[in-house]
Formats: sequence, structure tokens, C-alpha cells
Amino acid sequence: MGDAATTAGPVAGTDTAYETVIGLECHVELSTRTKMFCGCRNEFGAPPNTNVCPVCLGHPGTLPVPNERAIESIVRIGLAFDCEIAPHSLFHRKNYFYPDMPKNFQISQYDLPICVGGHLDVEVDGEGRRIGITRVHMEEDTGKTTHAGATGRIAGADYALEDYNRAGVPLVEIVSEPDLRSPAEARAYLTELRATLLALGVSDVRMEEGSLRCDANISVRPVGHPEFGTKVEIKNMNSIRSVERALRHEQERQVGVLAGGGRVVQETRHFDETTGTTTSMRSKEEAFDYRYFPEPDLSPLEPDPAWVERLRAELPELPAARRRRFEQRYAVPPAQAATLAADHAWAAFFEEAAAGADPRLVANWMTGDLAGLLNEAGIELAGAKVGPRHLTALARLLADGTISSAGAKAALAEAFATGEAIEAVVRARGLAQVSDEGALTAVVDEVIAENPGPVEQFRGGKEGALNALIGPVMKKTGGSANPQVVRDLLRARLSR
Amino acid sequence: MTPTIDVDHVARLARLVLTDEERERFGRQLALILEHADRVREVAAADVPPTSHPIPRANVLRADEPGPSLSHEDALANAPEAEAGMFRVPPITEREEEG
Ligand SMILES: [Zn+2]
Repeated sequence: MGDAATTAGPVAGTDTAYETVIGLECHVELSTRTKMFCGCRNEFGAPPNTNVCPVCLGHPGTLPVPNERAIESIVRIGLAFDCEIAPHSLFHRKNYFYPDMPKNFQISQYDLPICVGGHLDVEVDGEGRRIGITRVHMEEDTGKTTHAGATGRIAGADYALEDYNRAGVPLVEIVSEPDLRSPAEARAYLTELRATLLALGVSDVRMEEGSLRCDANISVRPVGHPEFGTKVEIKNMNSIRSVERALRHEQERQVGVLAGGGRVVQETRHFDETTGTTTSMRSKEEAFDYRYFPEPDLSPLEPDPAWVERLRAELPELPAARRRRFEQRYAVPPAQAATLAADHAWAAFFEEAAAGADPRLVANWMTGDLAGLLNEAGIELAGAKVGPRHLTALARLLADGTISSAGAKAALAEAFATGEAIEAVVRARGLAQVSDEGALTAVVDEVIAENPGPVEQFRGGKEGALNALIGPVMKKTGGSANPQVVRDLLRARLSR
Repeated sequence: MTPTIDVDHVARLARLVLTDEERERFGRQLALILEHADRVREVAAADVPPTSHPIPRANVLRADEPGPSLSHEDALANAPEAEAGMFRVPPITEREEEG
């Protein structure tokens, strides 16, 4: 999408080329049955304040107890990113006053997180990049605040309403190193991160529902400059696409400031989805003092190394490995392999369909027409009326020449709408292409007679003139002629 | 050595408004506490790891099984104000934390 050009190209009016440096902080809500420190249900969309108890409402005298499934999930996430699982880690209290946290502190991890020092391999424009992961730590989510009043925004609100259903939901924070060098890389990282978490089955990672949230730190510096520029934090991006848009806007804004001789101010900026721009969130910036201290009510985490190794051995195939396997075993092109491997449902569908037909054809039609039909209908693959057997049949009929590309397109669209078998659709709609030479000879002769110009050119040695004859034959047969047979037939008739 | 402490800063972090008398008294008390911590530091040998918990236990966890929550009415019973099933709180003028 031309991202590289906006990253390193010289800016109008200057000769300086700038490099962008991006780090991402992602928060992931785990899909456990219960909250992190109490037995309240962890569910999205319940009526306000129905999944709350004295622990998550911060009543005095209550004691938190960590959810073992959440701990298992974060260890699996750490292992998937090749992190070291700390033999000893602690929960800390992060103290702050905000009504979305009724305790006036959030239980988080501070200097001893459970997972440290991993990485995620991403691919951008066919080039592999290894992005460092600083840490992955466990914390709890906050409640949900609704700003009420005339404007509906924070500024000018008359009061706020708090729903604590989300307070205490297990939340995993994944912090990347400042290794990303363009908005496109940030998108690739997030896509890979999301796919990996999906493969692990630890979260439904829906950005629009907030189960995956992402803040970005971004700075720019002249190419070759050893130190990082002043960084700006961007918030409020609710899709992977928004993250990329916000970063692209902010990158250009910062380069503009520097190119104009100005200074970038360290601040937090808010992304506005409608305008595609970022605006400063606060006038005064003070460093927050959260007065972290070890949570006295929670014991340290000291995972048994044998248990960690068992979890490592039981990790599912992750998207990166799956992608490589699709490329090597099925000879699927990298971009298609990435699309198919990113989602478990797509990968399973593909492998089932590819077992009975040419995998490259299956991949091509899944990532092309089928993806387009799903997109148009606004449904997920799991909800589609066509299954792997439809794609197998489609690829087989294409491979043996029974249907043309145009016929396959029509057959898939009809099967997608009705769920009928491809073979039945091809029969009922007469989509099989005519490969019978006898049936086509008359049409071919007709076209030769009607097009003396191209005929002469072809006979004069101009190979390309043949296409000017194939077109009319296809037209006369209503697209049902097998183009390869037509080509051979034309050649044979013209060389006589 | 008596450590100095910015009582006003600490009070602001805790959202407390102190009288002059309280500021003076708490300043003195906080200094004593820090002095005590410093004495502990003097005797703490390099081979003694920092103690976060007095009882050597780890991995106290619970199964991911739902337990009882409060009824919606009980949950809101102590709310100074409620509206639409939610706790109604004063307006938030400045976003202070992001979780
Ligand atoms: Zn609870």
C-alpha cells in the first residue's frame, strides 16, 4: 500500500529522510469463565452490575484469589512468543483514583512480570521481520465508564455512570520492543498477534468489543540518527485498520513538525475515527506516580518447570508455522498462505478441501472469490452454506477442464447462495464448457470467415492475433467453450 | 541521616487535604518510618533477598469455576446514587488513568 514511501522518503521542502519507530502495548481480555480474582462470571454484554461481588467491587475485608486458568493462559501466551517464563513473579498494586476501579488500585504486575523477553515474527511485503516482545504480564480489567450529560464526552459531562461487570476480568498486557518501523509493520504485528492468540484459544480478540485493545508509541528521527525521537502515545483505536491509519497520520504530523523546524511534544494523543487525525488529550502532562507495591493479599507465582514444559509441548500449531507449512507442503503463494493460516477456521477448511484437489486452486478460490462472497454477505466462513467439499469439487472440475473460470465463478456464487453441490449447479445451469472439437469446429470456421484481418495477421506470423479470434468464439458459445480447445482448434484450422 | 519527604506530594497522591498541623505531624511520622526502614537496610545482607511476603507460600490459586455474585439490588445498595442500573459518580474532568 505504499507505506514505505511515507516512512523514509524525503519530505517536501527538505532533504531529510525520516525513520519511524513504533512500539505497541496490547491488552487482551482472556475468555475464562470467571474473573481474575473472584468467581463472578466473565461475560460480555450482561446487564450492568449483574456480575459483581464484594471482591470485584472492592469492599473492605475481601480477599482476591487468582484464577488458575488465567495463569495457564498467560503462560501459554508467553510460550507462544518464546518468552522466558519467570520462575518467580509477583502481583503489585498500581494505585490510582478513578471510579472505574472501585478499590482505588488495580492489581497488576510491575518489576517481576510472569513472561519476559520474547518475540513475534511478522511478514511485510514478503520480507520477514522479528519484533521483540519486552514482557507479557497479568492484570485485571477496569469497569466501564459512561460519561453522561449534554455532550456525551468527558469534557462537559454532568456525571458518569459505572458498570463493574468488566472490573476484574483477566487482562494480559503484551508490550513490544520499539522494533516496528512503519504503520504497515504495526498492522502486520497486530494481525499476527491476533492470529496467534486466536490459535491459542485464550481470547476472542475482538477489537470492536474491546477484548483486544492497543495503544501505540511512535516517534520519528532522521535516518541514521542513533537516538530515538520524542515519542507520542496514541490511544482510542478500535480496529487494526485504525491503528495503521492513526500511525500513518501521526508519522506525517511528526515529520511535518520536525521538517518545519519544530519540536515534537511528549504527550498522549487521541485518535478520531471520523477525521482520521490525532489530537492532544491533555494540556498538562505529569508523570504519574502509581506507588506500586507488592500486593500483600496474593502469593507469588512460581510455576512448576515440568508444568511449563508440558504446556509448551501441548501448544497448537501457530499461524507462522502453519503459514510455512502451507507454502512448503501445498506450494501456496505466501500472501494466500498467510490469509489461510491466520484463522483456524480458514486453515481447517483449506486443508480439508485441499486433500481432494489441487491445493493451489483451492487456495486461490478461497482467498479470491469465496472471501469476496463472504465479505459481500457480511458473514463468517463458519456461517457459509458452502463447505470444503464445494471447493474440492470446484477445483477438480476446473483442473479437468469441465468448467472454465467464468463457469466456476458462477457455480460458486450459486452454491454460496443455495448450498447446493457444485456438480449439481454445473449440471442445472449448463456451466460445463464445451470441449468437444466436433461441436466447436463449425463456430471456429465461422469466426475465421468473419475475421479476415486477424486471420491474415496470424498467418503472417503474428502470434497475438489468435486472441482476436478466441474472443468471438467464446462470445458465440456464450462463454461455454473451453478456451484451450478453441485455441488448439483455431491453430489447426488456420495452419491448413 | 533523616530522609526528607514531600508531604504535600504524598497527600496529593492520596487525594487528602491536610491542615498545617497535620502536615507537620505526618511529616514527622513519615520521616520516622523511613528512618526505621533505613536501619533495616543497614543490617540487610547482600545474600538476603527482599521480602515481599512474610509467609513462604506460592501459587495459591482457585479453579475457574463460577461462584455466587451479588444480586443486582445488593450490588447497588450502598451506592450513593444509581441510575440505569449503574453507579452514578461525579463528572470526571480529566482522564487520569488508562488501565
Ligand atoms: Zn466479583
